[in-house]
Amino acid sequence: MSEYIITTNKGKWEVIVGLEIHCQIISKSKIFSSASTEFGDDPNVNVSFVDAGMPGMLPTLNKECVRQAVKTGLGLNAKINKYSEFSRKNYFYADMPTDYQITQFRYPIVGEGEISVDLSDGTTKKIGIERMHIEQDAGKSIHDLNPTKSYIDLNRAGVGLMEIVTKPDFRSPEEAGAFLRKLRSIVRYLGTCDGNMDEGSMRCDVNVSVRPFGSNELRPRSEMKNVNSVKFVMQAIENEAKRHVEIYENGGKIEQETRQFDPTTGQSKLMRKKEFAHDYRYFPEPDLPPLVLSDEYIDSIKAEMIELPDAKKQRFINTMGLTPYDAAVLCENKEHAEFFEKAAAGHDAKKVANWMMSDFFAMLNKKRLDISQSPVSAENLGKLVELISKEVISGKIAKDVFEIMAQTGEDPEKIVEEKGLKQVTDTGAIEKIIDDVIASNPDNVTAYKNGKTNLAGWFVGQVIKMSQGKANPAIVNKLVREKLDK
Amino acid sequence: MAIDNMTVKQIAFLSRLKVEDEKVEATKEEFNKILNWIEELNEVNTDEIEPLISVNDTVLKMREDTVTSGNCKDEVLKNAPAAEYDYFAVPKVVE
Repeated sequence: MSEYIITTNKGKWEVIVGLEIHCQIISKSKIFSSASTEFGDDPNVNVSFVDAGMPGMLPTLNKECVRQAVKTGLGLNAKINKYSEFSRKNYFYADMPTDYQITQFRYPIVGEGEISVDLSDGTTKKIGIERMHIEQDAGKSIHDLNPTKSYIDLNRAGVGLMEIVTKPDFRSPEEAGAFLRKLRSIVRYLGTCDGNMDEGSMRCDVNVSVRPFGSNELRPRSEMKNVNSVKFVMQAIENEAKRHVEIYENGGKIEQETRQFDPTTGQSKLMRKKEFAHDYRYFPEPDLPPLVLSDEYIDSIKAEMIELPDAKKQRFINTMGLTPYDAAVLCENKEHAEFFEKAAAGHDAKKVANWMMSDFFAMLNKKRLDISQSPVSAENLGKLVELISKEVISGKIAKDVFEIMAQTGEDPEKIVEEKGLKQVTDTGAIEKIIDDVIASNPDNVTAYKNGKTNLAGWFVGQVIKMSQGKANPAIVNKLVREKLDK
Repeated sequence: MAIDNMTVKQIAFLSRLKVEDEKVEATKEEFNKILNWIEELNEVNTDEIEPLISVNDTVLKMREDTVTSGNCKDEVLKNAPAAEYDYFAVPKVVE
């Protein structure tokens, strides 16, 4: 396993990290009201009297939010709790009209689970999930439209959230980043959250502490709220751990505190100390009786579960011969994995994977296209690889054909046919070109015969160039040597 | 458990209730009276007994995921002390 140790001239330190991730649940209506969850509408349009906290309005639980939570719980290999309860978490903030958030406290809907993450050194690590509960989101405060006032939009107030709490299992920024990417991939596969951190539909709180390497004490942690990208989470951990080490090594103490990460500087600043921590005074939500799920209900959702990234990856490795790395890259995104499977059907899967991960993704990036908008269809990419495998075209010509496919979306067979790009395997034709090249470069022939044998490569290159890339490189290679050695 | 004046002020703050300084002492005594009375319950052994959430022996009913409310911003904003550009307008809150 890759070790991440902070080493100074005074000692070695280990980093301990836990994450709390809020994922907005994909549903049409809010978790406790029947207002729309649509993002980006005019302010306060998608607000019901429940969301506005009008007296006497009662919450009603959205079936779909529960289903999505159970699905996500199963995706985290976690225990689904048949009994769970809602509680009120009390605090005052302008974007929360009820002055309490309906959440789950003592009995969450999802218990302990575990997911494995792939690390850059090729190893995998299991990360424990402590729990996952469901709750409502708050509204949005806008502070920069008026110098003396804050503006409140309640469209987001009441949208369902899943809060996933990990065990403090991370020992490096990389592990935390890999976990977030894996979690995002799982919820996207399941369609339970769109996972867009930059839009705030997935938000991450990061808990960081350090301890002398080799000890197993637990020192006070600092929590950084709402860090909104994988990169920033990794940066926040790195910098916060360094800050702790510096304070300890200068004889200082860390107190439990909440901090705000600033993406422009990569540093965090103090929000509040523990003594000013909120006292949330949780108590059972009197408007909602306990949530009880049956075995049949949970089983019916299990039966609907689709193949998740880990299982897909394993299948790509076992039955399609991909390397773990290639399989992991292709499986991170469900659409990519599906495109690959379609393209690879009946063809050389490894070659298809190579093409996807190099020229194909590069083309999408360059054109700023989503895979669903790709001009090159999965079938056509498969055909292109088949043309190479059957030695109808060389790998070099294939790149030119791919360029044309990216522009026109045409079938590679048609392109090869129309442009006359078929590989020349006729030895007679190739020999003629070789003879020409040898005849017009007597100096190099002499040099070759005098021991500069690596000039053979130069001759091969010339011949292929003369053939406009169509001569079969293996045949050229063989014949060039035969003729030069004659 | 005895409540002191600091705790009275803290609870007043958390509840956003204004308790005048001269009333803190009286409030503290009231608090303690109530707590002492409640503390009689400590005589009962409640180990391994779950708190009672509701006296109604009922489980939660769920609603279909359909949009049937909202689109009523004028009504929603009607009770707001101040509204601007269809937002609730509140004194600046930056934590």
